Amino acid sequence: MMTRKATENDLPIIAELPAVVASVTIAGETEPRVALTASAVTLLTQLWDQHGPLMFHQSGGCCDGSSPMCYPLDDFITSDADVLLGELEIAADDVAGRSIPFYMSVEQFEYWRHTFLTVDVVPGRGSGFSLEAPEGKRFLIRSRLMGV
Amino acid sequence: MTVYSAPGTPGSFITFKPRYEHWIGGEWVAPVKGQYFEDISPVNGKPFTEVARGTAEDIDAALDAAHRAAPAWGKTTATERAAVLHKIADRIEANLELLAVAETWDNGKSIREPLNADLPLAADHFRYFASLIRAQEGEFTQIDNNTVAYHFAEPLGVVGQIIPWNFPILMAVWKLAPALAGGNAVVLKPAEQTPVSILVLIELLADILPPGVVNIVNGFGVEAGKPLASSPRIRKIAFTGETTTGRLILQYASANIIPSTVELGGKSPNIVFESVADKRDAFYDKAQEGFTLFAFNQGEVCTCPSRSLIQKSIYDDFLSDAIERTQKAVQGNPLDTDTQVGAQASNDQLEKILSYIDIGKQEGAKLVLGGNRVDLGGDLSGGYYVAPTIFEGQNRMRIFQEEIFGPVVAVTSFTDYDDAIALANDTLYGLGAGVWSRNGNEAYRAGRDIQAGRVWVNNYHAYPAGAAFGGYKSSGIGRENNKLALDHYQQTKNLLVSYSETAQGFF
Repeated sequence: MMTRKATENDLPIIAELPAVVASVTIAGETEPRVALTASAVTLLTQLWDQHGPLMFHQSGGCCDGSSPMCYPLDDFITSDADVLLGELEIAADDVAGRSIPFYMSVEQFEYWRHTFLTVDVVPGRGSGFSLEAPEGKRFLIRSRLMGV
Repeated sequence: MTVYSAPGTPGSFITFKPRYEHWIGGEWVAPVKGQYFEDISPVNGKPFTEVARGTAEDIDAALDAAHRAAPAWGKTTATERAAVLHKIADRIEANLELLAVAETWDNGKSIREPLNADLPLAADHFRYFASLIRAQEGEFTQIDNNTVAYHFAEPLGVVGQIIPWNFPILMAVWKLAPALAGGNAVVLKPAEQTPVSILVLIELLADILPPGVVNIVNGFGVEAGKPLASSPRIRKIAFTGETTTGRLILQYASANIIPSTVELGGKSPNIVFESVADKRDAFYDKAQEGFTLFAFNQGEVCTCPSRSLIQKSIYDDFLSDAIERTQKAVQGNPLDTDTQVGAQASNDQLEKILSYIDIGKQEGAKLVLGGNRVDLGGDLSGGYYVAPTIFEGQNRMRIFQEEIFGPVVAVTSFTDYDDAIALANDTLYGLGAGVWSRNGNEAYRAGRDIQAGRVWVNNYHAYPAGAAFGGYKSSGIGRENNKLALDHYQQTKNLLVSYSETAQGFF
């Protein structure tokens, strides 16, 4: 799996500099689609220590929709109705691999595919069954246009 | 105008307790693990009480209580249950202002809404389902001269319900009223953003509901919602929320082979045909209000008319008038009855809205009004206020496709009828829609052609008991607010009875 450290070129419009950029997992594509801010990496590292391997599934719709939901790996059953946007490697150099897949439903991806997503963290009450809620924090997507 | 006193201050209708436990078996029960979380008021961004942080152990205790109560409750007559529901409705009305202040403080909404909409509707929904259950008749079919198939509607037993934060009491009532009418016992988990107002209500109902018929466990989704939704001890799970959690809940339901109703939001088109502008009369004014309703409840409505589609021939004038009307929306202290736009329900909601305003600008949508957080100053300075925001753009932009759940409308134009319907249906969702036209034929056809479960024609944002509410497409499964909701909380018992003495003749 190919992941790399972030560079200046990954700078989104409003988020802090991405700390981790996802691997490219969609056939035929060359540009990454997802990244994590440093605060997201810190929180994910903490959640991994508590819960083991993790995954993201991007939500849509009501109330807490548009939020990336973080689950124990395989807790949410993905299928052909989902697309893997990338794998996010959060392990420090001296730790064994910690790769987090980021999924979105195929139908939602049709409307989101032109945007690059950076997972950030804000104080919040949490939502859905996402793992970070009890920490008083919430993952939040910040977006920028791809190729801009 | 009236400005209600903040909870706990002189003259207020309510002083919150410093701490709320779970409501299990008709009484307050401390969480097994002894943990609590702060409840923050969006009005000022400050914590005002703490609430039990439930875990699987508390869900189990609530399920125990529900299972103890369910057999007797399920055997009550429709007459008895209807009487209970009527008493609940009366109790809500008798405590209207107290509940309204609690709801506003917990959720941030302007108090005119719980006073005039959420709570009167909540009472009416209980009365509606009381009437339905009284009027419900079983069915029978005479199969032949000696055989009759009787069909009885029986309760499911114990059901789980997970409630969203945008209308904490009313959304709970949408689910509770049919469940109770149908003879079920309930374990309900409120949203962690708005855990308290429903507890204020349930305590008021302590002498009306038999212990264990309604049990409320608060907590975070992963710690309390998941054990409830995945429990093999519920016979149905109902959820209102977003798509990923909706799918997860359906996965848990499939594991336990139980039915699930899920309402997952939308991106509702609000179509204005050119005939609306034929005259500048009361109807035109009504359609203008219909546009501005995107800011109702701060846009935190699953059916928020967040995509305004205006016919090109009237686009400039109609939008210009709509901007002017939206500018007049009064944003302020949610406890002031003159306030029309209150606070967003939580900090993360505020942040999400602002992130959508950002991507809207990046995508080239034209910001024509608002677009910023609002600091109301004084005590309200820390509250979560967003100015009503209007964007012009194209339907394929993210702000046209994702439910922002804030006071943000994305506006575009259409050329003719076919273009209007194509744009309206170019979305993953199909919960609500609006159609405005002076031409009845056009309005009817549009209403039928839009792929959505609720199409308001020449009105918007009405939620009367009796009108079925639910989604097409990715907006979910199931219907609420009318007799179809009762079907979701009952199962059919068929007694197939032979009145013949003659053997069948097989052996």
